[in-house]
Amino acid sequence: MASYAAVPFWRAAGMTYITYSNLCANLVRQCLKEPYRSEALTREKVHFSASKWVDGKPQKPIIRSDTGEE
Amino acid sequence: MFRQASKFLLARSSAATMRWRCPFSTDLPVETAVDSKFVDAWKQSIPNLEPPKTPSAYMKPRPPTPSTIPSKLTVNLALPYNSLVSAKEVDMIIVPATTGQMGVLPGHVATIAELKPGVLSVHDGNEVTKYFLSSGFAFVHANSVADIIAVEATPLDQIDQTLVQKGLAEFTQKLSSASSDEEKAEAQIGVDVHSALNAALTG
Repeated sequence: MASYAAVPFWRAAGMTYITYSNLCANLVRQCLKEPYRSEALTREKVHFSASKWVDGKPQKPIIRSDTGEE
Repeated sequence: MFRQASKFLLARSSAATMRWRCPFSTDLPVETAVDSKFVDAWKQSIPNLEPPKTPSAYMKPRPPTPSTIPSKLTVNLALPYNSLVSAKEVDMIIVPATTGQMGVLPGHVATIAELKPGVLSVHDGNEVTKYFLSSGFAFVHANSVADIIAVEATPLDQIDQTLVQKGLAEFTQKLSSASSDEEKAEAQIGVDVHSALNAALTG
């Protein structure tokens, strides 16, 4: 029903739907009452390791971790 | 993250729609799609093995739309990590679509609606259950099954009023001082979400 020209303001600013949706969810989680809030914030933790491959060999991996590894 | 939601939905909607499946003599059974060209080519080159099934061969055919409007709406509210409402039979739900609050009754036309941060209220007889959704989609199917998927949804009593007002003040201030497009968009999103939370708590 919205015409092709009428994009939401966040898309006009260069944000994708996934980023928008995750941002909204993050803001909602920040507003929860205490025991629910800490459980919810653990759900946002991300841990991944990504490496580019050149000539069939993996390069140095990029590791992003919120789990607080020692 | 929405991949997980569909696992809950498929199990729930097939269980719910079993009830509505009344076979009529005039209804043709829906054939599960089989690609005959592929199967023939396979049989020519590899006659000894069974041709592999494609994903569409495993899909259940769409449940038929019942000819009389069902008396209850079946609702599923699924999150990536949990299913808050599954196959609950209710009278009406009100979803916070981007185009405004949308009421869904049994027999509603099939719709896909994008949701904005807001309150989903589930009405069953005299009891109303409300959930605050962060954003997501609502799919209403022709057989009176409504699937709502959201990234984050909470019952209203788990929301802290003081944090909401603090957040609203903070983002309103960020909005007025924002310079680049991205900052403005983020601040605007913050203001939208917090005002919706505020309205949910006070309304």
